[in-house]
Amino acid sequence: MKNIKILGTGCKACDTTANLFRIAAEQAGVEIELEKVTDIAEIMGYGVMSTPGVIIDGEVVHAGGLPGPDQIRQWISE
Amino acid sequence: MFEALSDLVVYRWIGLSPDNHFGAALHFFVMDVTKIFVMLILIIYLMGLLRAYLSPERIRTYIQNRPDWQARGMAVTLGAVTPFCSCSSVPLFIGFVEAGIPLGVTYSFLIASPMINEVAAVILVGILGWKLALLYVGAGLMVAWFGGIIMQWFKPERWVEDYVWKIHMGETPTLERDDSLKGRHSYAAAEVKEIVGRIWKWVLIGIGVGALFHGFVPEAWVTEHLAGGNWFDVPTAVLLGIPLYSNATGIIPVAEAMLTKGVAIGTTLALMMSVAALSLPEMLILRKVVKWQALAIFAGVLAIAFIIVGWGFNAMNIPAL
Repeated sequence: MKNIKILGTGCKACDTTANLFRIAAEQAGVEIELEKVTDIAEIMGYGVMSTPGVIIDGEVVHAGGLPGPDQIRQWISE
Repeated sequence: MFEALSDLVVYRWIGLSPDNHFGAALHFFVMDVTKIFVMLILIIYLMGLLRAYLSPERIRTYIQNRPDWQARGMAVTLGAVTPFCSCSSVPLFIGFVEAGIPLGVTYSFLIASPMINEVAAVILVGILGWKLALLYVGAGLMVAWFGGIIMQWFKPERWVEDYVWKIHMGETPTLERDDSLKGRHSYAAAEVKEIVGRIWKWVLIGIGVGALFHGFVPEAWVTEHLAGGNWFDVPTAVLLGIPLYSNATGIIPVAEAMLTKGVAIGTTLALMMSVAALSLPEMLILRKVVKWQALAIFAGVLAIAFIIVGWGFNAMNIPAL
């Protein structure tokens, strides 16, 4: 099961990103473990300054702005 | 084109007269809504297509390890060409501190960033013309440059929250991106959606306020009271702008309405800067990383700088449009 972390200090785009992942995973029938990281020290620890950031299995795949739905589907199914 | 469209809608279809207060206000509203939103979408899309946006991570590496004047020059320029959401201020501040960038330089960036951005600059040219756009951008860059230097005099390091110094930033990941035309297009479209989605309210409110001013405030009253004769106009405009907040694009239609009615340039520019750069929500966000003393000085330095800019332009007596 993929572990997905959404990095963000509570901005609207961060919530939206988390929801996009949830929906995409449901549609693809893939089970994911979704976590929101809101602690600024932890976020910066990943080297990310622009949120929302996306971490999949410990690897930063995205930082800053909403990721596209196509991209999210691809990340989930990879 | 937009004026003709607005003529058609308001005067021909709805049948209002330009002499009617409400007709004049509605005409202004329709014209600016169409014009500004078309420009907004086009500019953001084009910038996105060129991938002209710089991430804060990259800006941090550019500014890091440079002599002070170079770092400040880059901070001011990069702050001016990037439209950051104020929600990124905190990570940005911490990232800069962590990279050893002097606080004065960081403040220069924080001043320039909300006040000037390339989207607002192009719209300024489109609505108010080259001259006003240059004055606004030029004055904004100066305020950011010197504002940061003055902040440094106060040794603001003592007011940075302790936890900020302890944060260690991980290695910035290099993200691959899709550079094909299709990838660029979807990135640009997402940028338009994201930025317009974030600022449309401010722009609409700004146009609404501008329209009311345009339709209902008599020119004679403006000439008598706001044409630049009173020394207290500028400080009042700056004070008025502190509790008011709008994004840099949203304040443009307000300035447009003020200038066409004859409000002095300095007074108008001072209000624009104060509304765009000095805001309570932004201060509350920064409060997470610095103590209130630093914020009070920050607000004071900016307010004084905007007053000087306003008085300066009023004294030069530049014809508005």
